[in-house]
Amino acid sequence: MAVLTAPRKAPKYVLASALAVIFLLPFYIMLRNALMTRQQVSSPDWSWLPDPLSWVNFGDLFADASVPMAHSLWNSFLVAIVTAPVGTLFGSMAGYALARINVPGRRAVFTYVLVTLMIPQSVTFVPTFVVVGSMGGVNTEWGIIAPNLFSAFTVILFRNFYLRFPAEIEEAGRLDGLGYLGVYRRLVLPNSGSMIASLGALMFIESWNAFLWPLVIGQDPSSWTAQIALSTFLTAQSVNLPALFAGALVTIAPLVAMFLVAQRFIVRGIAASGLKE
Amino acid sequence: MTALLEAPAVPVVAKKRRRRRDWRAIGAFVVLTGPVVLGLGLFKYVAIAWSFLLSFNDARGTITLGHWTGFDNYAFLLGDDAFLTSLSTIAIFTVFIVPITFVASLGLAVLVNSIKRGKAFFRTIFLIPAAVSYVVAALVWKMALFNGLPSGVANVLGGLFGADPVPWLSETSPPVYWVAVVTLRLWLQVGLYMILFLAGLQAISPSLYEAGELDGTTKWQAFRYITLPQLRNTSVAVLLLILIAAFQAFDEFYNLFGTGLSGTATAPVKPPLVYLYDSALGDQNYGVGSAGAFLLTVLIVVITLLQGRFVGFGKKD
Repeated sequence: MAVLTAPRKAPKYVLASALAVIFLLPFYIMLRNALMTRQQVSSPDWSWLPDPLSWVNFGDLFADASVPMAHSLWNSFLVAIVTAPVGTLFGSMAGYALARINVPGRRAVFTYVLVTLMIPQSVTFVPTFVVVGSMGGVNTEWGIIAPNLFSAFTVILFRNFYLRFPAEIEEAGRLDGLGYLGVYRRLVLPNSGSMIASLGALMFIESWNAFLWPLVIGQDPSSWTAQIALSTFLTAQSVNLPALFAGALVTIAPLVAMFLVAQRFIVRGIAASGLKE
Repeated sequence: MTALLEAPAVPVVAKKRRRRRDWRAIGAFVVLTGPVVLGLGLFKYVAIAWSFLLSFNDARGTITLGHWTGFDNYAFLLGDDAFLTSLSTIAIFTVFIVPITFVASLGLAVLVNSIKRGKAFFRTIFLIPAAVSYVVAALVWKMALFNGLPSGVANVLGGLFGADPVPWLSETSPPVYWVAVVTLRLWLQVGLYMILFLAGLQAISPSLYEAGELDGTTKWQAFRYITLPQLRNTSVAVLLLILIAAFQAFDEFYNLFGTGLSGTATAPVKPPLVYLYDSALGDQNYGVGSAGAFLLTVLIVVITLLQGRFVGFGKKD
């Protein structure tokens, strides 16, 4: 059967492979340009491979005094490494309470969270700037981080996850004399690993790649994230192109690595977060 | 057994019989929901309320209230050609990006789903661009693919077919910059939506296709009368997500074309968020910036509801 249909399947693989080449082309261009000299990059002739490879561009990237690339990468790391776990934990806590602790006013709290979903996040940058600015958060790392720790979307997804959570685990804990918080901390949280991993990975990607908010709140170079630094590089007058592409590579490397390693969780997270109920 | 029934862990059972307030449950609920309730309160509710008041104020260079001007900011925006142009810009962008992304991601999902060997490999390759930020993609598009030089990738490829080099991002008649803008977002997003469609495809029962095969349906008929209807909920969700994402476009426009802030005031295209950014952060006019945020929010909500009505969102089936 498989042998008989094999020739008919071939166009499918040809098409998929052709598309794969197109999807990978921008990555190849990034790598190629990052390894060229400035002369080669601006040469009118096309070349597939730079010869010789100029690795100095990576050094130039960090040596450029006008753009603090190393510090910006550190800021990005700081923002993502705080936002992802803390934001996921807050989401899990609230999601669990909304799914499993039946108290008066629960519906009201749920609606309160749900309503914020309907307001598109990026049109709230002016209001949020007004509040964070008045609290002295301009040009600070906490100003970049704080508003993104509270995600209604994460709360709703965790709530749906906990609605299907096996009740036996909680009952066993309660019989052992644990209170609500004890059950959550000792039993529920340790059993939410896959959901935490998938939403945590998505939050990490989102905060690492965020542009509009860090641009708005981090105007001073000392609070730039890597995205802002690259963007500044991009719009600068005389740009060192190969170093710029080296910067792009350095900026995407951690995420592509994470994607390849944690793909299972990320795919699950996308599937879960895309299809809200 | 009675201990189990008494246990507040089973909320549905506990609800009717217990009128007495369980203060321990309330305490735990407050502790667990506290951070999110306070955070959303401050950064969403307080922020939006304050900004709403600011939108009726002359708030130039200040974020404090006190110079009530009524609807002046709204009137200014609705009379400002730049704002109205930004709305038509985003409308054009949406008209291109929504159907193209929808069809492309559905097509990719069907293709990947039908592949027997190497499915994970192709899925990974189509998804990997989703890890890339708009800034980096804009950099590659602006400085390499569509840089307008004869050595730019688009022009090299065009040259193979004998086409003359095109200054992609600055050419406004015809407005070929849309090719760059649309392909950039397509490359970044299509893998995400493909994943959603793949999840939907895998939920379709194979027995439907087997039944169809018995009736002698063609592949196209199976797609048209089985796959598409079964993917209805996924399709509506994906359409909505693409649409909302399109209306919030900022990163690629800012980085491809610059803004008033970066000195290139002649940017050929400026979507509403770039306009808002320029008026709030560039001109420090927080009143106009706030008013614009509210006009845009209303617009997004209205269009979302309209689209919902159009494609039948909200129907439970």
